[in-house]
Formats: sequence, C-alpha cells, structure tokens
Amino acid sequence: MNDLLDPLVLSRWQFGLTTIYHFLFVPLTIGMALVVAVFQSAWVRTGRPHYLQLTRFFGRIFLINFAMGVVTGIVQEFQFGMNWSNYSRFVGDVFGAPLALEGILAFFFEAAFIGVWIFGWDRLPKALHLASIWCVSVGTMLSAYFILAANAFMQHPVGFAINHAKGRAELTDIWAVLTNKVALAAFPHTLFGAFMVAASVIVAVAAYHLARNQHLETMLPALKFGMWTMLASGALTVLSGDQLGLTMVDTQPMKMAAAEALYNTSTGKDASFSIFTLGTPDGVHELFSIRIPYLLSFLSTHTFTGTVEGINDLQAQYSTVYGPGDYKPIIWVTYWSFRWMIALGVGAVLVSVVGLWLTRGGRLPVKRWIWRVATWSVPLPMAAMIMGWVFTEMGRQPWLVFGLLRTADGVSPNVTGLEVLISLVVFTLIYGALAVVEFRLIKKVAQEGPAAPAEVDEETGEVKHEVTVY
Amino acid sequence: MDLPVLWFAIVGVFFVGYFVLDGFDFGVGMSLPFLGRDDTDRRVLINTIGPVWDLNETWVIVAGACLFAAFPEWYATMFSGFYLALLLILAALIARGVSFEYRHQEKHLAWKRRFDLMIVVGSAVPAFLWGVAFGNVVRGIPMDAGHNYTGTLFDLLNPFALLAGLATLTVFFTHGVVFVTLKTEGEIRERAKRLATQAGIVTILVAAAFLVAMAFVRATPASLVLSVVAAVALVLAVLCSAWGKEGRAFALMALTIAAVVLAMFTAVFPDVMPASNDPANSLTVANASSGTYTLTVMSWVALVFLPLVLAYQAWTYWVFRKRVSRAHVAQAAH
Repeated sequence: MNDLLDPLVLSRWQFGLTTIYHFLFVPLTIGMALVVAVFQSAWVRTGRPHYLQLTRFFGRIFLINFAMGVVTGIVQEFQFGMNWSNYSRFVGDVFGAPLALEGILAFFFEAAFIGVWIFGWDRLPKALHLASIWCVSVGTMLSAYFILAANAFMQHPVGFAINHAKGRAELTDIWAVLTNKVALAAFPHTLFGAFMVAASVIVAVAAYHLARNQHLETMLPALKFGMWTMLASGALTVLSGDQLGLTMVDTQPMKMAAAEALYNTSTGKDASFSIFTLGTPDGVHELFSIRIPYLLSFLSTHTFTGTVEGINDLQAQYSTVYGPGDYKPIIWVTYWSFRWMIALGVGAVLVSVVGLWLTRGGRLPVKRWIWRVATWSVPLPMAAMIMGWVFTEMGRQPWLVFGLLRTADGVSPNVTGLEVLISLVVFTLIYGALAVVEFRLIKKVAQEGPAAPAEVDEETGEVKHEVTVY
Repeated sequence: MDLPVLWFAIVGVFFVGYFVLDGFDFGVGMSLPFLGRDDTDRRVLINTIGPVWDLNETWVIVAGACLFAAFPEWYATMFSGFYLALLLILAALIARGVSFEYRHQEKHLAWKRRFDLMIVVGSAVPAFLWGVAFGNVVRGIPMDAGHNYTGTLFDLLNPFALLAGLATLTVFFTHGVVFVTLKTEGEIRERAKRLATQAGIVTILVAAAFLVAMAFVRATPASLVLSVVAAVALVLAVLCSAWGKEGRAFALMALTIAAVVLAMFTAVFPDVMPASNDPANSLTVANASSGTYTLTVMSWVALVFLPLVLAYQAWTYWVFRKRVSRAHVAQAAH
C-alpha cells in the first residue's frame, strides 16, 4: 500500500508514461512536416499533380498527428511544476531558459504557420503557402533542438554555478547550455530517427495500396521516396548514434557500462559487445551470452585496444565523489533497451534495403506477404526511438541532473500519493481512449488513399482548391 | 530597470495575451449549444477560430515557460499547489484540442455531437478554473517557509476564488460571442448579437461583484484604477455590441480582460504569490525570481523576438480576416 501511494514512484511512472506517449507523436510530426514540405515543393516546382495529391494526403495524416503532439505537449511542461517542484526550484534558473526560448522561437512559429498552412490553400499565393509549411518544419526542428538542449543539461550539466545561499543552480553561460556537446550529438540522432519514423509510415501506406494494385501513380513514387529516405536517414542515425555514444562515454561512463552490463573494467578484446545474454535475475552472473570481442572497445573509444570502465569501478569512484549511495541504474532496463533500440532500428532499415532490391528497375513483388511485411514494419523506428529514450533517461538514474540532483530529491514535497495516483489514472484513461481514436483515424485516412487530382481551371491554368474548413 | 519587476510585467503580458486570445476560443466553444442550430452553424462557429485556436493556446505554453524561467519558485509553488485544478485544466484542453481536429473526420452526426460536447466542456472548464486559480493567487494561499502549498483542493474552492472563476467564465463567454458577431454573417450573427447583450448583462453583474470583492480582498491604487477601467470597458463593450459596433465591442472586451488580469497582478505586487497564513512565507518578485544573468538573456530574447512574433501573429489574423459563412462551410467536402 505504501508503495502504491508513494508520490515519487507514481510521479516517475506518470512522467515516463506521458513522455513516451507524447513522443509517439513528436517524431512523426517532425519527420512528416519535412516530407509534406518536400512534396509540396516538388509540386510547386514541377506542377505535376501527383505531388499535390501526395502533399494533401500525407498532410492529412500529419495534421491528425499534430493535434495530439500539441495537446500532450502542454502536459509535459506543466508536469515539471506539478510533480517535480523541487527540481523546478533547483534548476529553473538554468532549465527554464531553453524552454522559454523554445516557446518564443519555435512553438509560436509552428502554431501560427500550421494554421496558415491548413486554412490558407485558397487564400494565399502558392509560394507563400509553400513557405508556411517550411516554417512549420523549421519550427518543429528548432523546438526539438531546444528541448534536447534542456535535456542535455540533465545528462551533462554545463554553463551554471551553484548558488549555495539559494540552494539552486544558476545559469552563467547560455551559449554553453545551448552548445552542450550532448545536445549537439543528440540532435542529429533524434532528427534522423524522426525521419525514419516518417519514412516508415510512407512505406507502410504505399505498400498497403500497391499490394491492392491501387493509387499506383502516387504510391509508386511514395514507396521509392520512403525507402530511400529510410535508408539514408537510417545510415545517418547510425553514424550520429556512434557520436552520441562517444559523448556518453565521456560524460556519463556509467550509462555506457550499464548499456553493456559491464561490471568490470575491460580492455581491448575483453571489452566485447554482447548481442544476447541470459543471466541471473540480479544481472550479476551470466549464464549464456553471444559476444563480439573488441566491439565495445570500438564503440566507446573508436580503437580496438581501448579501456571501458566497468560498473563496479564507477560505483566505487562515484561513492568517493558524491558520498555513499547506489549509483547504478537498473541494469536489465538499460541493457535491453539499448539492444532493442539497435535491433528495431536496424530492422527498419533492412526492410527498406530488401524493398529497394525487390523493386529495382521498376519490378514489383507479387507476393502479398512481402507487402504485408512492409506495412507491418511501420512501428519499428518509432519503437526504436522509444527504446532509445528509455535507455537515455533510465541510464541517467539515480540522477535527475547528473551529479547535482537525485531523482528522489526532485519530486514535489507537498503533492500526495493519492493526488498523483488520480492524475496517473486520468492521464492513462484519456491517453488510452485517444490512442484508439487516433489510430482508427490515421488508419482510415491512410486506407482511403489520396484524393483524385485537383481540378485545373482551363482558362487560367490554376489549380482549383477545395475550401479547407473544419 | 529592475529585471525581476520587468519580468513580472512580461509574465503579466503573456497571461493577458493568453486570456484575451484563448478567452474568445473558450467563449466560442461554450456558445455552440446557444448559437449552433444545426451542424453547419456549429461548423461556422468552430471555423471562426479554426486557424488560430492552436496559436492562441500556445500563449499558455509560452507564459508557463517564461514563468518557469523567470520565476522558478512561483512556477513550482503554483503548479504543485494547484495540482488537481491544473489536472482538470489539462484534461479539458486535451479534450477541446483533439475535438477540433477529430470532429470533422467522420460524417455521421453522433460522432460530431460527441466532439461538440467535448468542445463545450473543454472550453468551460478552463474558462472557470483559470479564474479560480488566479483568484487564489490574489487571495493568498497557505504555505510553509519552503513556499510549499499546505492546503487541499477544497481550500482552493473558497467563495472569492469561485466568484473569480464565475467572472472569467462569463467574461470569456461574452468575449467569444462578441467575436462570433465579428466573424460571421447572416442569421447566426444576429443571434450572436442578441446573445451578446443578454450574456453581457449577466457578465456585468458577475464581474462587478468580483471586482468589488477583489477591492476588499487585496488592493493597491493601481489595481483599483485597473478594476475601474475593466468595469467601464465591459459596460461599453456590451453597449457597443448592442449598437452593432462589433469591432469596437471586441476591442473593449479585450481591454476588459487585459485590465482584469493586470489588476490581479498589480494587486499582489510586489508579492507574486502572497501567503495567507504568514506574510513572511510569501513569494515576492525578489525572492521568487531567477538570477540577473538569466533575466538579462531572456530580456534580450524577448526584445528581439517578441516584436517579430507579434507581427506574424497579427499577419495570421489578417490572412483570415474574412467572415465565415454557411455557404463557405457548405462548399467544403466534409
């Protein structure tokens, strides 16, 4: 009973669940905004009607998704104060600034131009209307940058000084916060991951229609576009992930050790990467494991003779620096989330590689199950990104702000377990219901396929647009 | 200039922006059962705010973020203290937001009516609860030396705060209905005009009661002047609306809301959140604010970007300046 009503445990679950849920919509918004902008640019440049069809079709999917990102995003901001007031007091001077920048520079920008884009089809000149979707796309990426800079401060605090009189961290260098090396490394990794998510949706939708031999004029180019985007952004996700890994070894070695469940400091060949491990439930003893020698050394240091610090040594080291305590994250969570992130991401890229091979030179597979694999592979990149965030955030534990503030010390002292339980139940119910409606709607729109090409006015050559209203 | 005071003013301006803008969205949402005779009517109403509601709602995100950055202590105390009230506001904002987007995705009426109901409730709940929240800020809340709220949800539902909630509810309702008169044409505009007068009279009574109560609960010379400005502007707004001067009526409603919000802010100044149990525990502009460096950085950002932000937002409103008609809505495919 005590555990059930522990505000710390409940607040952590609530933040975790609402963040994961919010993040189901964010990468698709970021990726799809760019995709729609690209399709619309192609239409404005070439005037070919199928680009307009694609713009409007994926635009609809984008908008259903966008609304969810917006409304669940407010919850995220409010929760810092509602559930984590001591954290807000401690870091607000530093952490609030990137959030405020995000609001003023990015959120207003996105929100203004998304309205202009949705309702501006029949009211704005073509070029200006096109510019509005590009503004939305830039806005989504800017906001991703600021929120990653804020998160990077929690992973690797920079640009601050502790004010002991006030008992808080204070900003001393905004530029250092905004160019935190963790943010610089996490941004491309997140962005390319988001493009993979958008690509997976395009591939899945295109495969669905091509399997039924319908909408060929739009879905064939969409399939190619989706698969190439997946391949390119997949490769870039791997490269940027490698950089992020190096940064992590540098700033949070415990996280890397926890990713590999590496208890003892190892060098060279011994610093192996296990693909699969069965161990005792406490994770200390290993029963069975498939290992690639040298790989962990290479991932961590880019050499085959590097030394990777182990959990036990880091634990001892941290105990000296920060005082007695347990500085290990939950190892099985970090170990498996790290592996699943890689496996799911690689899986998504493999689907596209095989797809590109099967469709080379205009071939189209006839077997239904091949298309089905393409359609059902849609959740892979999204799941990979969620695993990546679970790893990043759980790997930071027990810290809320690395080295400065423990998660247990950040929770609101005056919010009761019952209150958090109520909010957790409310959010779970609302989010659950919305997930059902959202999925149904996107599925419905996706299965309907693109609308017929827009009518062209014979006298002026202008494309007639249907009036856009709610 | 004293930076924390400047930021107290800027945060005040952000909340003014939020309540003036999302205020009429709430009002339009609440007016659906009063003004929408059929589905086309309701679509006309929703489309008066269609292109801008999301932008308007963004003001609360930015206001919240600026509060967090400039006054972390205030943000922490208020958001943790008003936990369940904010939960209700969040739930309502979610319901309203998704409903705008979802209601037109299916054609059958039962689907649409369900989301209409969510729009009405999702507009009324925040319209009421924001008033309750800020009423409690003015009244003061019990807090300990660490600035943590020590009361319960029921302490927040005191008569003064409930009156403040009723005041924001009625003011936003009238604001939204006046907005409808400005953005529609034909029969629905006539109906809105009549409703604006009726609702306006109720609003004047409720708002007057609230402003008088506030003068007794907490007042400064500035807050009293602003309260008078609010009262006069509200009466003139209702009169202008009755005379058919819709633009002027809307501007006066905006002025009413701005004056009320600023009256609340100036009433508590130099506190940001007074403690009702012991003045020594109060959060003040000085003890709740961020350091000079943070506020300086934020000031530069605000100085450079806010004019730009205001300019493109104004442009958005200009793009969608045309009135929404039944014919226009009926033309669309859905």
